[in-house]
Amino acid sequence: MSPEKMVHMANQIAIFFESQPGEGQAEKVADHLNDFWEPRMRAQLLDHIAAGGEGLHPLVLDGADKLRAPA
Amino acid sequence: MKDFIIPDDRDMGTPARQGAPVTLTVDGFAVTVPEGTSVMRAAAEAGLQIPKLCATDSVEAFGSCRLCVVEIEGRRGTPASCTTPVAPGMVVRTQSDKVRKIRTGVMELYISDHPLDCLTCAANGDCELQDMAGMVGLRDVRYEAPQSGGLTNHFEARSGGEANPQWMPKDDSNPYFTYDPSKCIVCSRCVRACEEVQGTFALTIQGRGFESRVSAGAMGDDFLSSDCVSCGACVQACPTATLQEKSVIELGTPERSVVTTCAYCGVGCSFKAELNGDQVVRMVPYKGGKANRGHSCVKGRFAYGYAAHKDRILGPMIRESIDEPWREVGWNEALEFAANKLRGLQEEYGRRSIGVITSSRCTNEETYLVQKLARQVFANNNTDTCARVCHSPTGYGLGQTLGTSAGTQDFDSVEQTDVVIVIGANPTDAHPVFASRLKKRLRAGAKAIVIDPRRIDLVKSAHIEASHHLALRPGTNVAVVTAMAHVIVTEGLMDEAFIRERCDWDEFAEYAEFVSDPRHSPEATEALTGVPADELRAAARLYATGGNGAIYYGLGVTEHSQGSTTVIGIANLAMMTGNVGRPGVGVNPLRGQNNVQGSCDMGSFPHELPGYRHVKNADVRAVFESLWGVEIDPEPGLRIPNMLDAAVDGSFKGLYCQGEDILQSDPDTKHVAAGLAAMECVIVHDLFLNETANYAHVFLPGSTFLEKDGTFTNAERRINRVRKVMAPRSGYADWEVTQLLANAMGGDWSYDHPGQIMDEIAATTPSFSGVSYDLLEEVGSVQWPCNEAHPEGTPLMHVDGFVRGKGRFIVTEYVATEERTGPRFPLLLTTGRVLSQYNVGAQTRRTENVIWHEEDVLEIHPHDAELRGIKDGDWVRLNSRTGDTALRARATDRVSPGVVYTTFHHPDTQANVVTTDFSDWATNCPEYKVTAVQVSLSNGPTDWQEDYAAQAARARRILPAAE
Ligand code: SF4
Ligand code: SF4
Ligand code: SF4
Ligand code: FES
Repeated sequence: MSPEKMVHMANQIAIFFESQPGEGQAEKVADHLNDFWEPRMRAQLLDHIAAGGEGLHPLVLDGADKLRAPA
Repeated sequence: MKDFIIPDDRDMGTPARQGAPVTLTVDGFAVTVPEGTSVMRAAAEAGLQIPKLCATDSVEAFGSCRLCVVEIEGRRGTPASCTTPVAPGMVVRTQSDKVRKIRTGVMELYISDHPLDCLTCAANGDCELQDMAGMVGLRDVRYEAPQSGGLTNHFEARSGGEANPQWMPKDDSNPYFTYDPSKCIVCSRCVRACEEVQGTFALTIQGRGFESRVSAGAMGDDFLSSDCVSCGACVQACPTATLQEKSVIELGTPERSVVTTCAYCGVGCSFKAELNGDQVVRMVPYKGGKANRGHSCVKGRFAYGYAAHKDRILGPMIRESIDEPWREVGWNEALEFAANKLRGLQEEYGRRSIGVITSSRCTNEETYLVQKLARQVFANNNTDTCARVCHSPTGYGLGQTLGTSAGTQDFDSVEQTDVVIVIGANPTDAHPVFASRLKKRLRAGAKAIVIDPRRIDLVKSAHIEASHHLALRPGTNVAVVTAMAHVIVTEGLMDEAFIRERCDWDEFAEYAEFVSDPRHSPEATEALTGVPADELRAAARLYATGGNGAIYYGLGVTEHSQGSTTVIGIANLAMMTGNVGRPGVGVNPLRGQNNVQGSCDMGSFPHELPGYRHVKNADVRAVFESLWGVEIDPEPGLRIPNMLDAAVDGSFKGLYCQGEDILQSDPDTKHVAAGLAAMECVIVHDLFLNETANYAHVFLPGSTFLEKDGTFTNAERRINRVRKVMAPRSGYADWEVTQLLANAMGGDWSYDHPGQIMDEIAATTPSFSGVSYDLLEEVGSVQWPCNEAHPEGTPLMHVDGFVRGKGRFIVTEYVATEERTGPRFPLLLTTGRVLSQYNVGAQTRRTENVIWHEEDVLEIHPHDAELRGIKDGDWVRLNSRTGDTALRARATDRVSPGVVYTTFHHPDTQANVVTTDFSDWATNCPEYKVTAVQVSLSNGPTDWQEDYAAQAARARRILPAAE
């Protein structure tokens, strides 16, 4: 997947949870990614974050430590 | 062979009624029926048939033939039993000298103007006129047409040497049935069926007395050029051979029948397949079908000819590379080839390098097996279904808010609806039988609100008119739905008692605060959505206060970047107005293909095991692990778009694709083609060499719904039986082919019958635990959940509480899609389908239905057309940021200025060349419904279309079989 597409998809999720009231948005983003993104997609995302996370929504970055690293 | 015994299927003469019980006696037998029932039907309930011609139980009685007269104690004369309602204590006599005389007199008149060619008539043995002549004991006909003109007859082309002015030739313009006026008894059953059952009003009785005739459309029209949509209701209602299926004319009257389910759309109509031997003579809608109640549309009723089409591939084929022609081989060789390839890929590229796509056209049992193949035999969760590209947001949205991924009602519920919202759905084309039931309710006074960029038929057509049409700009559903919530909340129209009792009040309070913000008001969003604020306010008020409010929605809701958010918004509307949990209300996704619901239920999604249970849950995995003897991958698998991305990246290499044509149906065709081309083993399991097969290495022939046993689950969660009426033409039903492939890879499966697969589903999936083929034989169909608590299924969901406990309100912030119009691409393209065609058209294009839709056309507003110098029928080029294609234009104000519309039924148009790979945030459901495009005049097909056609022709070559 192109990095732009991945960033776009991750940010769409972040934008949804950002609009939700209450606490723990970053965690909700991470949960959603853990639940629906296949390991190699999460691996690509984690690599991108490790490389600086360019273009990613802050909530994706904040939730990064909750992202399950693929086995 | 053992056929399902068809329960009582008699014509009861007049429709059933509901009401207080009334007891009367008919010929000395006491019978109790609901108030309002006709004497005729009461007699039929008692097992006594009264002769009749103009009455049939699909339409209201009319009382014109007077064959059904009876005597009633204490009443003068001989009333018609079809139009006389029962009364308490009534004493009816169906037989007496007096009524016998009247009846023979009536019959004699009819027969005197009817040709007596019974032996060679197509309806011989299936004609009510014949039956009635016998029943009333007609022995001679004394009338004769005078030789010298005057009162002549209708059935002789020439009479007395002269051309008979009363005679009219047969109309065989409709591809599926004929109208032979010479056999018409002018009972008007057809006219009433077209009005009452179908709601099209295509037929009228023209002229009076002896001159009166059935006429389709206006003067000069034939059936084909009239408004007729070929639903077949009139043919079904006709007591004679006047309206007759061409297949019966050709093949003769059928001698056996098997009840089965239409394989076309999510309405899930029940049919009787009527056969001679294994030859289907006709498909007749089955009265006992709880989804369709005896009605049908052109697809299910007539468009089954593809099953015998010459294009069907009946044996397996393989090839090393897609540049080679296909090689026909035996089953063993094909399966071994496929199994070796897939295992080899897993060894080389890893366990997760292969996957499956299940079909929303195949049965539940077949789908279950395909996902089982991925999970048990491939040992990964790379399973997805084409429901990804249509209703995955329904799964997410309804799951999050109400707690279950399914519609809340049965179709009968529409009969108790007062206000219906239809949003992003076009039922008269895509769900025709449901549309007929809805239109019937609208004619009886219910109100409709249509939210759609196009002026669909429900906005205004014969005898119906929506109260409000919110013609929003594509891509602004969330803004419109949220603005409706704004009106309901700020004007205090919500059902507070319901919310307090059934939902989480704090979440509602947060939602209320969110929607009350003035930026969500219809006035504030009008500029964005294009919907006039006062119209939207009026619609919201009507829904909130007009009685039972029901929402029906389709792919115009889901196939957006914010598809899931709109589904959530819809659920919010229903909850805040208390419109959940009783008849006449609810949230109802209209499913596209026949088994979308079932394919989702059966664990096709890569993150869910059957019954919508996430693979991360160890307890759920344990259920399957103990049965299947393997460890199940706890990680979610790839969704279809992810599979294609991974294929392009080189980590996804092999695919088993059952009954889907992703190349044609999925967005951004070039990307799909690139993904498929990058795979090393693509197995296509289908009826035809579809578009995806151009990139396949293994072709496994599929079986039609007529060739196998199984079940489909319709949009009402109704599990309907599909019954085998003929042997699979390729030798194996689809479930057997999957089993063979699994076993070639060491699966060790041993199902002998789909009933055993259903038993496994029931044993592992709580919402199906009560389902078995035995139960389905007994009760016909059930709606899941079907378990100990609901042994006969669940017509209405969330009756005493939401499945998830408290209904959950979720904030729905509008986010504009990235796909925006601009100077280069100023128009918005949205896509849909037409009545006569189905999905990618692989089946319907191989039937006579093409007469109604030969090609995909682009609908464009006359204003936009004129600006570009485009006239009706011109070839135009449609291009977007992704690609371009060419097709013919149709200038019409059904679409608003700025919006264009097309269908995706034909591969040479490939509307999906222009659609983008933007998708729903939660589920990756592609955004088909919004693409920024430009339209310009062109000379014909684009280079891309020509290259595509050439590649397709090359890829479809089949080596002549070795002698
Ligand atoms: S086929 Fe259907 S639409 Fe056509 S005339 Fe008959 S009832 Fe009406
Ligand atoms: S066409 Fe058939 S149903 Fe219609 S009026 Fe004639 S006989 Fe009756
Ligand atoms: S296509 Fe749909 S509406 Fe038409 S007969 Fe089949 S199930 Fe019924
Ligand atoms: S059947 Fe009653 S009047 Fe014709």
